[in-house]
Amino acid sequence: MSLLLDGLAASSGIAIAPAYLLVGPDLSIKKQHIADKNHEVARLRDSFALTTKELKAIRQRAHQDLGHQAAAVVDAQLTMVDDPVLLTTIERLIDKHSYTAEWAVKLATDHYLALFEQNDNDYLNSRALAVRDVYKRIISHLLGVKLPDPAALDHRAIMVAPNITPTDMAQLDRRYVAGLVTDYGGRTSHFSIMSKTLALPVVVGTNAATKKIKDGDLLVVDGIHGKVIVNPTEQQLEHYRLLAGEFAREQQAWGALRDQHTASQDGRKYEVAANVGSLSDITVARDRGAEGIGLLRTEFLYMDRTELPSEEEQFKAYRQFVSGMDQQRVVARTLDIGGDKRLGMLKLPREANPYLGFRAIRIGLAEPTILRPQLRALLRASVYGRLAIMFPMIATPEEFSQAREMLDDEKRKLSRAGVAVADNIEVGMMLEVPSAAVMADVFAPDVDFFSIGSNDLIQYLFAADRGNSRVSYLYQELHPAVLRLVKRVIDAAHAEGKWVGMCGEMAGNPLATPLLTAMGLDEFSMNSNQILPIRSLISHLNNRQLQPLVHRALAARSAREVEMLVKEYVPMLRKS
Amino acid sequence: MEKRDFTITAETGIHARPATILVQTASKYNSDVTLSYEGKSVNLKSIMGVMSLGVGQNADVTITANGDDEKEALDAVAETMKKEGLTD
Repeated sequence: MSLLLDGLAASSGIAIAPAYLLVGPDLSIKKQHIADKNHEVARLRDSFALTTKELKAIRQRAHQDLGHQAAAVVDAQLTMVDDPVLLTTIERLIDKHSYTAEWAVKLATDHYLALFEQNDNDYLNSRALAVRDVYKRIISHLLGVKLPDPAALDHRAIMVAPNITPTDMAQLDRRYVAGLVTDYGGRTSHFSIMSKTLALPVVVGTNAATKKIKDGDLLVVDGIHGKVIVNPTEQQLEHYRLLAGEFAREQQAWGALRDQHTASQDGRKYEVAANVGSLSDITVARDRGAEGIGLLRTEFLYMDRTELPSEEEQFKAYRQFVSGMDQQRVVARTLDIGGDKRLGMLKLPREANPYLGFRAIRIGLAEPTILRPQLRALLRASVYGRLAIMFPMIATPEEFSQAREMLDDEKRKLSRAGVAVADNIEVGMMLEVPSAAVMADVFAPDVDFFSIGSNDLIQYLFAADRGNSRVSYLYQELHPAVLRLVKRVIDAAHAEGKWVGMCGEMAGNPLATPLLTAMGLDEFSMNSNQILPIRSLISHLNNRQLQPLVHRALAARSAREVEMLVKEYVPMLRKS
Repeated sequence: MEKRDFTITAETGIHARPATILVQTASKYNSDVTLSYEGKSVNLKSIMGVMSLGVGQNADVTITANGDDEKEALDAVAETMKKEGLTD
């Protein structure tokens, strides 16, 4: 009978293969004393030597498949076994308390693990994982038992283990390992990340996989939805074979587009960029083929702290974003707080309507001590790449001129102080307040670009909070009211030779893509994992043929009607 | 004794890879090499010690070397930090 296990999807893809259980021997030890200390120290050194030898062998194998990344993991563990302080600490424990080598090793590693784990940060946790891995290896040699050997696999199979250690991962033979299933672990654990590098389907955190699955059971690992099916029925197998084929074709098509520019079938160019909110997002954005950063949320610098970040700290951070994208455009949005995002260091009064209250640029203009240092930091970072700056929540032309004047003022001050500032910084605004959208033609001559913040624009337009389930039905990206406004903004900008981007979720909604491309939106900025699917979709669209769709959509009465029109004109979206 | 101050600019601080390489570099020299951060000092030849400090971005650290090749040791460590992107 088939059995379904739920877990977390850690690495995409689908694998169908028999299970190979990787369950280790009992490594539990007790506190014990010995009489012959010298003998114990000799055992200890032997176990360290054997561990070093084993790790060196793993390192050699690791090189072929995972390359430097895996080799570095093993190198880190080798330096642990070579650690003079660690070895002396353990020897001292044996000498002083006559502990067995096993117990002394446990005490010493527990001491470090406690240090690593008291800090709740990923860096130290991954260290703890490595220390545990080394510990297991040393203890296995002291106890004379063998650890399960992932390298012993000689047929195509799906590894099932309580957890996958970094060295297990380094030893995986890509020829045979079809996928991974674990009892524990999270999406961001080390091996989940390495699995993505290997494009290996992985489901983690199933809790019970090693108990429910037997060696040789046929498994389906669905790394897209985070499911594992044990001994699937013929029908389930058929379903997953189809899904696997589709996934593989999609991956291939998307992968081929990674380093391509975005263009429609009839040759009009677009930019598909990424929304980012931390430095690690930059790596992902580049990996997914982003053509720039359409929205850099600067709030991360202000979160979880009690004082404002200094200009210097902000400068260093912005510089890394700007230089990290080489010469691709990075659009930084100045601080957008208030409303849903509150900060500890700003004593903002409680408001009855925070979404309609003191937030974003309204705070920036009223509190120049917050906005000015951010502008200076951005200006200083501008020489390291191609920076654009935009102000959030602009409602009137006066607000934009005031913000821009503040920016120009800081630029002048920096120049006078002899600090270099790029001369090609584009200055634009978020278009998310309906008044600004209606007046787009008045703003257009003064801005370098608009970026439509569709999430807020739509909420303000329908006066409905999309987080409130009783009214969220009113939040409709495809509604003609939204489309008419977007069209108005694009036309107003283009009349002045300015470009328009969109950085809300609508930009990554495939059903909106044909309308936005045909209306002439220049830049689409979205979560990185949507970039390649959207680029792929755009490459199939023909703008000239889609003009009638735009006309009919603008004249439609409802979002539902627009959706049907889109599906009528773009058959490939019919199952969306 | 040689002593130098550094500011760690790398986003992830002294993480696994540079920590490993720093320890490997320091271990090549006879001198005692010490890393100090927030009042705590550890042997720079001990990966466990270096990792237990949890040195993050923007941390100010001091490295001292003491021994017959202290100058060379500190030069090599400084160069490794730069090469690994830990410092500017």
